Amino acid sequence: MSGHSNFPEWVYIGVVVALLCWVGAEAWNVERIVEHIPEDAELIKVTGQQWFWTFEHEDGTKRIGELRVEAGKAYRFEITSKDVIHSFNIHDYVVLLDAVPGRVNTVWFAPMEAGEHDIQCREYCGLIHYNMRGKLIVEEAA
Amino acid sequence: MVMELARPRPIWQIMFSTHHTDVGLLYLITSLAFMFMGGALALSIRAELFFPGAQIIGDAMTFNRIFTVHGTTLIFLFILPFASAVGNYFVPIMVRYKDMAYPKLNAIAFWMIPPAGALIWLGFADFTWYATPPYSVISAPGPAADMWIFGLKILGVSSILGAINFIVTILKCKHPDMPISKVPLLAWSFLSSSLIVLVALPTFAAALLMLLTDRLGASGFFNPAVGGDPIAYAHLFWFTFHPEVYVLVIPAIGMMYEIIPRFSRKPIFSASSGIAAFVLLSIVGFASWAHHMYATGMSFTEKTVFMVGTLAAVPASAMHVFNFLATMWGGRIRFSTPMLWAVGGIALFFSAGAGGVVNSAMPLDFVTHDSYWVVGHFHLFVMGTILFGSVGYLYYMFPYVTGRMYNERLGNIHFVLSFVGTVMVFFTQHVLGLFGMPRRVYDYPPIPEWIAMNQIASVGAMIIGVSMVIFLANMLHSTARGRPADMDDPWGLGAKYYYPYERKNPQH
Repeated sequence: MSGHSNFPEWVYIGVVVALLCWVGAEAWNVERIVEHIPEDAELIKVTGQQWFWTFEHEDGTKRIGELRVEAGKAYRFEITSKDVIHSFNIHDYVVLLDAVPGRVNTVWFAPMEAGEHDIQCREYCGLIHYNMRGKLIVEEAA
Repeated sequence: MVMELARPRPIWQIMFSTHHTDVGLLYLITSLAFMFMGGALALSIRAELFFPGAQIIGDAMTFNRIFTVHGTTLIFLFILPFASAVGNYFVPIMVRYKDMAYPKLNAIAFWMIPPAGALIWLGFADFTWYATPPYSVISAPGPAADMWIFGLKILGVSSILGAINFIVTILKCKHPDMPISKVPLLAWSFLSSSLIVLVALPTFAAALLMLLTDRLGASGFFNPAVGGDPIAYAHLFWFTFHPEVYVLVIPAIGMMYEIIPRFSRKPIFSASSGIAAFVLLSIVGFASWAHHMYATGMSFTEKTVFMVGTLAAVPASAMHVFNFLATMWGGRIRFSTPMLWAVGGIALFFSAGAGGVVNSAMPLDFVTHDSYWVVGHFHLFVMGTILFGSVGYLYYMFPYVTGRMYNERLGNIHFVLSFVGTVMVFFTQHVLGLFGMPRRVYDYPPIPEWIAMNQIASVGAMIIGVSMVIFLANMLHSTARGRPADMDDPWGLGAKYYYPYERKNPQH
């Protein structure tokens, strides 16, 4: 009904689609690399329950609310939950994965420097969800 | 005469009416009442988070109940009924029919909302608007949780009845001289969103029943202790509620399509591209639900599929933005209150959409997921886009409903304060999320950045609160004592107010 041309709209849609393709391709590529777990990664079993985290190392040491690792090593977390869904999160290292009862989810990280970081629960899990926190302590390599 | 309130009728005459504008008025008043109630809860949440530690809310359980009812109320008892109010008033007029297709069904759909609202508010459940299992199955205290489930069940039926009514009214009752392509975009928005409701909602209805029987111990669909899987609920829930996001946003976009051409004094740049975008969005919207679930432990392939599905929905939204800007381009724009809200809504819609692209990119989602980023992101949609479009349209339909004019200056102040407040609260929350603050927390550790950003957000929320008080005063005063509106052209735009169907349907 109107005399204008729709050409600019097609150009605009083309630009938007091109941008989205770029975002998608980059995301796909990065995620592919990030999800590749190194073979020598040491296993740590992470268990969430209302309202604390338990960390069990391969050598059998178990700690509650405190995770001790060495800088320069890779670690693989096997995350599960004993009651409701929690979400295991070390924000400083972009480690985030849900702890789902009845399932084991795997994620890995490799801290590079010694230091202390916060561990928290990112999925609503009831009364004390806000205080389901822990500490990550990265020690210098022995 | 189109006035509703200026020609006093006993309240029961409106309450027991099945006329579309009466039902629309009931929807309108109910939804606004719930908007103020849900907003008050939001203010108490922001006041609590102003400092770390307990502030005004005594314990975590009360806080959890408050954010649950806040979300449930504003989505199901404000946004949806408000859209129904607008649809009831204008869809029959736009398709030139005397009423909705099924007037009694229409009234029934409305009258399901008050009992559902009562169940939700009297129960005050605490398991978030997502009713997260297995927490909701094994831990959430009853009877609040069960009342919430029944309330949502009733609202679901009400939505389905309303959707059927809109679809039949638009497709079957439109004037025979009017081809479907000439139906105004607002009516098209109701057609597409109603179709989404019909396809999406039964899934959640089923999930709610399963949740209820799980709670009663009769089944264990979502309870891992007896072999169920909580992730199944996540799929069922998001299969309904990702498309439902478009059910919420599409009518608001439709309202902007009514406002922007009028106040730009130009025809819509391309009505056909608007229609195409609505239809596209209502189809592609079904391909993205599991992008809410990247962190539940999905495989790389699943994540990739849902990322592509999510990104595919973006061009449709971008077409609307282009259409709005191209309509305004070169127009003789009058920035009256409805236009301010619509233009502010477009700006925030664009920001929300850009943030959404960030969320959908898999690696970035693990930074933003379940953090305050997400809270800021979806509030830019529900508040920045949907509430802005809705409130703009409310100002636009105010003369039509009441026959009076609202106070323009107060309307402008309402807009400026709300816009500033919205930017302060929700842009800040994006950044707060990048700093790692989880959502749904009653208290947080005293990290200086977190405190500062929470305080900025809380001040912004108070500004919105003030603007809403001004809004309420304006509405109440103008409804009762506003100056009579020029019903042909209330804003002096030099065109008919309600082209081309200004006539109000007679009572029957």
